Amino acid sequence: MSLFICPNCEYVYDEEQGNPREGWPAGTPFAEIDADWTCPDCGVREQVDFLPIEEFEHNDQDGNIIAAETRAKGDKP
Amino acid sequence: MTIQATVDGQVIQWRDKKRYLWIMGAIIPLIPLMMWGLYAWTGATIVWFFGPFFVFVLIPLFDLLAGLDPNNPPDELIEALEEDRYYRWVTYAFIPVQIAGLIWGAFLLGGGTLPGIDDPLTVVQKIGLALGLGMVAGIGINTAHELGHKKEEHERWFARVALAQTFYGHFFIEHNRGHHVRVATPEDPASGRLGETVWEFMPRTILGSLTSAWGLEKKRFERQKKTHWSIKNDLFNAWMFSVVLWGGLTIAFGWEILPYLVIQAAAGIWLLESVNYLEHYGMKRAKLDSGRYERVNPSHSWNSNNIGTNVLLYHLQRHSDHHANPTRRYQALRDFKEAPVLPTGYAGMIVLTWIPQVWRKVMDQRVLGHYDGDIGRANLHPRTAEAYVRRYGVGTSKDEEVAA
Repeated sequence: MSLFICPNCEYVYDEEQGNPREGWPAGTPFAEIDADWTCPDCGVREQVDFLPIEEFEHNDQDGNIIAAETRAKGDKP
Repeated sequence: MTIQATVDGQVIQWRDKKRYLWIMGAIIPLIPLMMWGLYAWTGATIVWFFGPFFVFVLIPLFDLLAGLDPNNPPDELIEALEEDRYYRWVTYAFIPVQIAGLIWGAFLLGGGTLPGIDDPLTVVQKIGLALGLGMVAGIGINTAHELGHKKEEHERWFARVALAQTFYGHFFIEHNRGHHVRVATPEDPASGRLGETVWEFMPRTILGSLTSAWGLEKKRFERQKKTHWSIKNDLFNAWMFSVVLWGGLTIAFGWEILPYLVIQAAAGIWLLESVNYLEHYGMKRAKLDSGRYERVNPSHSWNSNNIGTNVLLYHLQRHSDHHANPTRRYQALRDFKEAPVLPTGYAGMIVLTWIPQVWRKVMDQRVLGHYDGDIGRANLHPRTAEAYVRRYGVGTSKDEEVAA
C-alpha cells in the first residue's frame, strides 16, 4: 500500500484508507482513481499530477508547477 | 510583532505592517450600525443607502488616495505566518458581527423601532437598509471564500454559516472544485469573457455555477454508489443554514421581511459575481497536447495592490497567488511582479462594469496587451467574438506559447 501526494497543497492519498468521502473506499489503489479526479483540498492538481511520496521533494508553491506534462518533458521543477 | 525563522543557521525576521489592519475587515459588518448612528443624528432617509455608498464610493476613493502596497513576506516565513492563529481569528470574528447585523436589520424591516428610529421605516428606507445588508452579505461571501478553501473541517463549516445570509451555500463547493479547476477557460461559468457584459455574465454565472455545483456533488455520490438526495450532500447541508436563518427571522419579525431578505441576498450575490466577472476577464489558459489545459499560472488572474480593498477583502486581489496556491492563508499571499494588474481596486472596477462601454474602454486594450496583441489567445465571448477578431485580427503575436 502506497502514499501519493498532491504537489501543490501536499494532500496525501493513502491507498490503505482511501477517501470514502470522495468515493474511494479503503484499499482503492491510486491507479484505479479517475485521471481527472481533482485534489480534494486545493482542486488545482489532478490524479495524474500526484507523485508517489518517495519522489516528492518539495511542493510547487514557489511557482515552478509540477504537473503530468512538465514531468513528461523531463523538466526538473 | 515580528515573525522570525531560522533557515540554514540564518535568522530571518519580518514585521507584518498590515497585521492589525486586518481587523478592519470586521468593520464591514458594522455598516448597519453606522446607518443607525447616522439616522439618529440626521433623520435623513438617504443615510439608509450608506451601504452601497460605502462600497462603491468610499472604498474606491480610499483606494485612489491610499495607494499601493507591494509588500511581500519573505518565502522562508510564509509557513510561520500561516501558522499564526491570530490571522484566522480575525476572519472568524466577521461572522458573529455579520449575523448580529442581519438580525438587527430584520427587526427594523419587520417594522421595529429603536432609540433614534422613532417610526417604523418607510419602504424606501427599507430598500436602502436591505441594500446595505446586501453589501455585508456579499463581503460575507468573501469571508466564506477564505474559510471554505482551508483544510480544517471547522473552517469549512464556518464558510457555510457566512453563506447562509445569501442562500449561496453551494458557492464553496462550486468555487473550490469547479471554478478553480476550470478557471480562465470557456467552460467556466464564473470567468468573465472578453466582450461579455456584466449583465450577460450574471445569469450565466449564477445558473452555471448552481448546475455545476449540483453536478459535482452528484458525481461524488455516484462514486460512493449512494443517492445524492442526502443531508450529507454539501449543497443541502449548506442550504440548511439558510433555511434555519431565513426561517427564524421570518418567524421572529414577520413574513413582510421576506422581499427585503431577497433584495439583500440578490445585492450580495451581485457584488460577489461582479468580482468573479473582473478577476479573470478575458483570460484564457492554453490547451496542451495532452488535451488538458495548462495549469493555472500568475498570468491568468487580474491583480491589484490597492491597500484599501485588499485589507477589506483579505488579500483577494492578490489573486494570482491565490489561484496558484488555493489553500494558502490570506496573510501569506504575495504580489507577483509579473502578474497583470488592474488600474484600481476591485471595488472601483465594479463601478466601471455597470456601463459596458466604459468597461470595454478601460479593459479591452489591457487584455489585448496581455496577449501581445493576439486576441485569438483571449477567452472570447461567442456573441462578440467575430467583431473582436475583425477589429484586432488573430495570430499576430510573436510567439505561440503552447507547450507540450
